[in-house]
Amino acid sequence: MESTGLKVGLRVWVALVLVFLFVPILLIVLYAFDPATVESWPIRGFTLHWFSVAWHDDAVRSAFLLSVRVGLLATAIALVLGSAVAYALYKFTFFGRDAISFLLVLPIALPGIVTGLALNSFFAFTAIQLSLWTIVVGHATFCIVMVFNNLIARLRRTPGSLAEASMDLGARGWQTQLYVNLPAVITALISGALLAFALSFDEVVVTVFTSGAQNTLPIWIFGQLRLGQQLPEVNAVVTVVIVLTIIPVLLAARIAGAGAVTRTARTAAVTDTGRI
Amino acid sequence: MTAKTADRPTVAGVPNGLWSKISAVLWRRPWARATLLLTPPLAWFLVIYLAALVVLLITAFWQTNSFTNNLEHVWNVQNFVQIFTTSAYLEAIGRTVGIAAGVTVVDGIIAFPFAYFMARVATRRTRTILYVAILLPLWASYLAKVYAWQLVFTRDGVLNWGLGKIALGPLNLINTNWAVFIAFCYIWLPYMVIPVYAALDRIPPSMIEASQDLGGRTWRTTRSVILPLALPGIVAGSIFTFSLTLGDYITPQLLGGTNSVFIGTDAYNFFLSNNIPLGAAMATVPIVIMLFYLLGARALGAFREL
Repeated sequence: MESTGLKVGLRVWVALVLVFLFVPILLIVLYAFDPATVESWPIRGFTLHWFSVAWHDDAVRSAFLLSVRVGLLATAIALVLGSAVAYALYKFTFFGRDAISFLLVLPIALPGIVTGLALNSFFAFTAIQLSLWTIVVGHATFCIVMVFNNLIARLRRTPGSLAEASMDLGARGWQTQLYVNLPAVITALISGALLAFALSFDEVVVTVFTSGAQNTLPIWIFGQLRLGQQLPEVNAVVTVVIVLTIIPVLLAARIAGAGAVTRTARTAAVTDTGRI
Repeated sequence: MTAKTADRPTVAGVPNGLWSKISAVLWRRPWARATLLLTPPLAWFLVIYLAALVVLLITAFWQTNSFTNNLEHVWNVQNFVQIFTTSAYLEAIGRTVGIAAGVTVVDGIIAFPFAYFMARVATRRTRTILYVAILLPLWASYLAKVYAWQLVFTRDGVLNWGLGKIALGPLNLINTNWAVFIAFCYIWLPYMVIPVYAALDRIPPSMIEASQDLGGRTWRTTRSVILPLALPGIVAGSIFTFSLTLGDYITPQLLGGTNSVFIGTDAYNFFLSNNIPLGAAMATVPIVIMLFYLLGARALGAFREL
């Protein structure tokens, strides 16, 4: 249908966009192996020295552990609350249903500084000390929509007749839940959880306002970048972070299909927002 | 109902007591189930998130004491007056909105042919590969993406090395609006590609064939059939690119320094200097702008097709 010239043009365009998308990321990975202490291009050799420096840095280590703990807690909360809303909105029709799905999207649709400052002034107003838990509360708030989106999409595709058949065959409520309903949605739940973790592990815009004196890994990186300190070490840490955020996403894509990852990747969120 | 429950064969290890009763009661009362499911998440959002937004809006009308730095609950609009009469703040608002709009347009132009290729030209396999190729940068660490451009633009960076190779003078883009603009285009591009692709993918091929049967050439078909049908996707993507640029304070700080101050940078600095009310007032600016943006998009009829 499209003329050959147009097709060639499109191919060239796609190739250029791919170069644009990947060269900057590859650059960081290359710099992470650069032995020099001052960054300049081209890199001057190959070393694993900075990975070792980062590994032995206590500040990096405790920031990393905090990020993992926050990610796990936020994901757990998001799993419980996100699946509760998904089931409720799937099973029941009631007044204000659209308002609820809009509300869920709000934390990621509103500019990050708004959510961050709002939570900060809320904690100040209620005299809640900033701690691990205030970070978790912030992260859980925008992770809920990840679980919700993944689960409700799956529920809409799962025929209700399966559960009915199970009941007809004499299964109790909990048996139907455990042996019929859960297996039908488990991969959606896992991929939602992985995405929630990836989102939490990488978050910095809101976390800056909810973390007090504690550093998550992205906050540590932001601090170093702002002051321009220890940049070679930052290269190594950032390389590890890239790998660590990509792995859950690739896993989620494998488990639930690439479509699930994009759908949850905040875009379906906006498509829903559009319906207001 | 109770008789029926009793007739069922008992399963080993499962007491036929309290739990069955509870689940039976819930089964008979759907509203109770709905309430039980909805209360925790709704409470979370109302008590924490909406309350936080309300506190933010209220705080914008308070003040901090300039001597003690304590929050004073005195209602006034001083913060807004200060923002709208200080030229530096107005400049930051103008720059933020301008760059956000520019990023949105440029990302739309970059994304459309890419998404078009994915949806209508690529083979199944190529499409999957491109899909993943968009997903990886979408999820790769945000700070990494900002930092990558620092490495490109810095004085001894890749850009100047490349320019030197082709005998062009060094270009110091770091700490300029351009650096911020290019980095934003880069960071938010996947957010535009995905919804545009989704919209293009949904267009039935028969529509395009009909247009061609009626004599529409490539350009005419694109303009009169494909673009209008892809519009909801473009608008959805633009909400992202626009809103995310509007509320960012990290990219402008790291790549623009003091030469490219954004709404977010100001709000963040007010927060650092403990003047939360002024920061809150500044943060209401992007809220109001986004509100108008969404209303405008709806008035254009972009949401009707969703």
